[in-house]
Amino acid sequence: MSKDVNATRRKFLGQAAALTGLSVAPGVFLVDLAHGKPADEPVSAKNRWGMLIDTNKCAKDCNACVTACQQENGWGSNEVNSRPDQQAQWIRKVNLKHKATGATYSLPMLCQHCETPPCADVCPTGASFRRADGIVLVDKHICIGCRYCMMACPYKARSFIHEVLQDQSVNAPRGKGTVESCTLCVHRVDRDGENAVPACAEACNEEGHAAFVFGDLNDPDSRLSQTLKKFGSRQIRADLGLNPGIHYKGI
Amino acid sequence: MNHYDYQEIEGRSGGYWAILLALVGLMAVAGYGWYLMEHEGHWITGMSNQIVWGTPHVFAIFLIVAASGALNVASIASVFGKYQYKPLARLSGLLAICLLAGGLTVLVLDLGRPERLVVAMTYYNFKSIFAWNIILYNGFFAIVAVYLWTMMQHSLGKYSKPVGFFAFLWRLILTTGTGSIFGFLVARQGYDAAIMAPLFIAMSFSFGLAIFILLLMGLYNGTRRPLGDLAIRRLKNLLGVFIAGVLYFVLAFHLTNLYATEHHGVEAFILRDGGIYTTLFWWVQIVLGSLVPLALLYHPSWGKNRKLIGLAALLVIIGGLAQVYVIVIGGQAYPLVIFPGYEASSTFTEGVVAPYSPSWPEVMLGLGGVAVALFMVLFAVKVLKFLPISLADNMVDPYHKSGAADTASA
Repeated sequence: MSKDVNATRRKFLGQAAALTGLSVAPGVFLVDLAHGKPADEPVSAKNRWGMLIDTNKCAKDCNACVTACQQENGWGSNEVNSRPDQQAQWIRKVNLKHKATGATYSLPMLCQHCETPPCADVCPTGASFRRADGIVLVDKHICIGCRYCMMACPYKARSFIHEVLQDQSVNAPRGKGTVESCTLCVHRVDRDGENAVPACAEACNEEGHAAFVFGDLNDPDSRLSQTLKKFGSRQIRADLGLNPGIHYKGI
Repeated sequence: MNHYDYQEIEGRSGGYWAILLALVGLMAVAGYGWYLMEHEGHWITGMSNQIVWGTPHVFAIFLIVAASGALNVASIASVFGKYQYKPLARLSGLLAICLLAGGLTVLVLDLGRPERLVVAMTYYNFKSIFAWNIILYNGFFAIVAVYLWTMMQHSLGKYSKPVGFFAFLWRLILTTGTGSIFGFLVARQGYDAAIMAPLFIAMSFSFGLAIFILLLMGLYNGTRRPLGDLAIRRLKNLLGVFIAGVLYFVLAFHLTNLYATEHHGVEAFILRDGGIYTTLFWWVQIVLGSLVPLALLYHPSWGKNRKLIGLAALLVIIGGLAQVYVIVIGGQAYPLVIFPGYEASSTFTEGVVAPYSPSWPEVMLGLGGVAVALFMVLFAVKVLKFLPISLADNMVDPYHKSGAADTASA
């Protein structure tokens, strides 16, 4: 008799535990995803981070994305000796006028995080590299400052640091004599995963324009993938076949 | 085949020491310029995020290209079996090493982080032509050094032909690599052309030989050793062929670009509207650096005047520097076409020709590289047997009948 009771109890407890596990696990799993990846876990090709920028929503005189990037990554004010054409420009606003039709557009220009980045191809030491998740970065420890990547970049997205820098941001260590560019706010991406919002996009949202959509190009269900699928997009200098991770809409 | 007697130059004259001192002075100023650039950063230069490679690169690329070309004289003797060039082969190899050393000195010192040279030697991205070039340059030093060894040690003489052949192949690959630095830049209107590699090879033939001729004349004049017309006449005729070769590739390059509508912008910039670059292209590179030397070298009477031959070689060097300047700086000054069909403007000089004016540290660093090369040559010929005692006609070609060659006034 007591054996039967024990068996029933054991079964009940087992089922209860399984039920608890089943109901809690997805939540735990989702919470874990939303927190991005642990610091000791390598990035994987499972994700490919990218952005869509809707030029129709980009206001011509608005510079919020640039200012936000400067604050987040600590550039724009600490190059005191450099001439304007020597100062870093991780992101810049470009105004366009179509030569034939006269139509005008405004858009932010930044590192396009190419699938086959020419900057990484030409880098002699491998300091310029593309992470498995599509973010193109510079390893400041092995960059020798040859600037060949700047010659190779089709988007003029890279900057060389022409002087000694003070007051750097903890988010983006920078150094004289090396090359740098937009990191897609990699510190935020590593922290928040697909819920990450790069500083430029965050500022644009706060301004009420919401021209940026950040997300995972490899996830067909992400908002980015869905928006791209629904509305279509253009990649700048698509003729070069580099498959940039930054897409534009409206031009 | 003739046996030549080689001897170190005496190197005791006031003139010799004055030249060495001047070169050391030049290197010291260049060193100070570099110290400022390294210490302060590149903000003190004319370079920017638009013109990322400035005057130091012009000198570095010129010297590196000329280095591979300087080896040609030796190659003609070893590979192509022209025995008349054999007495010149040692100087040819020496000059090749020294020019490469001068060029690389400039290239390395212009890096943003020159102290990380060891990183460039230990981390390789084999998809980068730059990484390959590091191997090609280092290999060139080693191979040419061995080549010189086989030439200078009698017992190793039998190896000089195969080693010379290998060195010749290596130098062709090396210059292909240097030209491909630009040829492989897919996004720039002024580059991205396979012809860059053969163009650079032709340029190397021309620049290297021009420097060789001037140096040879200078050394033999300075040491009062006999230098016959036979040697000079062969070299100057060859220089003419090389100048024409460069012109041919320049013509093919621009004609191809002019045919493609997408390149009309950059062609109009270089050939017509580019200001300093247009001037340098037409007047310095084409007229002064190519057509005038061709006229001087092939004119029935000017071509026999040694001073005019020297002038022609000097003009080729000046024209060559202008050519590299137009390629390197002009190619960057022309704005990137990021948005074809649109007029673009931004805070980052979008769609605008980038301004550039060289600063003194840049110019001095470049000249410092030239000084390094010349100093090395002058030092080496004093301590080792690089120069034949005589390059008189009967020494250069024992089958030569005196009077058969046109006599040139010294």
